[in-house]
Amino acid sequence: MLSPFAMLNVASRNISTSTPASQIIKLSRLRVVDNSEIGKKAMMEGRPPRCIHVYNKIGVGYIGDRILVAIRGEKKKGILVGLKQQQAPKVPKFDTNNLVLIDDNGTPLGTRIQVPIPHILRTKMKEKTHSKGADYTKLIAIASRFV
Amino acid sequence: MITQDSVQESQNNKKAKQNIEQRKAIPNRYRFIYPEFLPDPDPKYRNLLREKLERMDMLARRTHVAIPEFYVGSVLAVTYSEPHAPGKVNKFVGICIERKGSGLRATCVLRNMVNNQGIEVIYELYDPAIQKIECLRLERRLDSHLRYLRDAPAEYSTFPFDMEPEYLLEGASVPVNEIKVQLNPRPWLEKWERQELKGITELQLPERRIRKAKAAATPWEKYDLMKKYRETIPEEDQNEIFNEVHTKLHEVEITRHRQKHKRAFVRPQKTG
Repeated sequence: MLSPFAMLNVASRNISTSTPASQIIKLSRLRVVDNSEIGKKAMMEGRPPRCIHVYNKIGVGYIGDRILVAIRGEKKKGILVGLKQQQAPKVPKFDTNNLVLIDDNGTPLGTRIQVPIPHILRTKMKEKTHSKGADYTKLIAIASRFV
Repeated sequence: MITQDSVQESQNNKKAKQNIEQRKAIPNRYRFIYPEFLPDPDPKYRNLLREKLERMDMLARRTHVAIPEFYVGSVLAVTYSEPHAPGKVNKFVGICIERKGSGLRATCVLRNMVNNQGIEVIYELYDPAIQKIECLRLERRLDSHLRYLRDAPAEYSTFPFDMEPEYLLEGASVPVNEIKVQLNPRPWLEKWERQELKGITELQLPERRIRKAKAAATPWEKYDLMKKYRETIPEEDQNEIFNEVHTKLHEVEITRHRQKHKRAFVRPQKTG
């Protein structure tokens, strides 16, 4: 039998005690919105991926940024395609922090994105794509709807 | 001397009469239809010359793009140039959950559910990229903002993108939608119980939270006349502002009214 204090500890493992961050930083939880196998499984079992690195100089992920996530014990790369945080005028703000998983070449792991994607991502992804580098525009091709 | 005085007096009288007449001509509803013409009451941000210039710019913009009458709770459709879209034009439909800002910085926030994903977009009303603003359903709600729709089930903020505009009868007052929204269980994004909201059903809260809300409440503030005075533009100043813009606004209204009647005619389509 556990002591009452230990019981409290066990119970508290299931609740989050960290204050809500209004931006994507390391250890932020995200929602996978493509239909990749690993993403679907992670969301179904209720263990959404955590951001473990943001590939920019400031360490804060904004719309269209590439991040590294820990998902089902693996490390995968992803692109942020919709954020909860306040956005500029005419850029949509979403109710969840959405992520699309990609591989090192920029090819999405899934074949379809179930939620709308902001139009501004077209330009952002094109800017990030360089010849001989990763091609991120494939992500735009699998989107089902734009807002 | 006496004659001069009397002349001046009569002129003053005339002016006062004119003012009264003009005030009668300005409908009382203007401060609700055009709230962005009233400046920010905070004295830190007052600048009479800038406000005047902004009003001129706003009128110039309104002659090009019709900004209809709408309130928090109305359903709007905004068509705007989107340089990132393939057709360079985009349209968004949603319920107005917030209306903020004054002058050229006036904004509204539209909210909608697309593919079961909540989306909010801020639009600046006087943005030159905006091509058209349509009010699809003109109505008001019980609260000054509807941010609580973020914590409400999806059906309260779902509107189809191909929604048909609903027309009100000529001269009818704006209907108030007295719907009570049932919020999702906690956690919430804001402490709704502290905002004295009328458009939500009774909240189920633990004792502690009720106690804290009671401790944080400031029920005496509604008797604070100076606070109210500082937070609003006095009626005299409002009249002065609307006197300045009234004729131009009225003109714009009339031309829009004419166009609306023109639009009502639908050319029969060839079939077969």
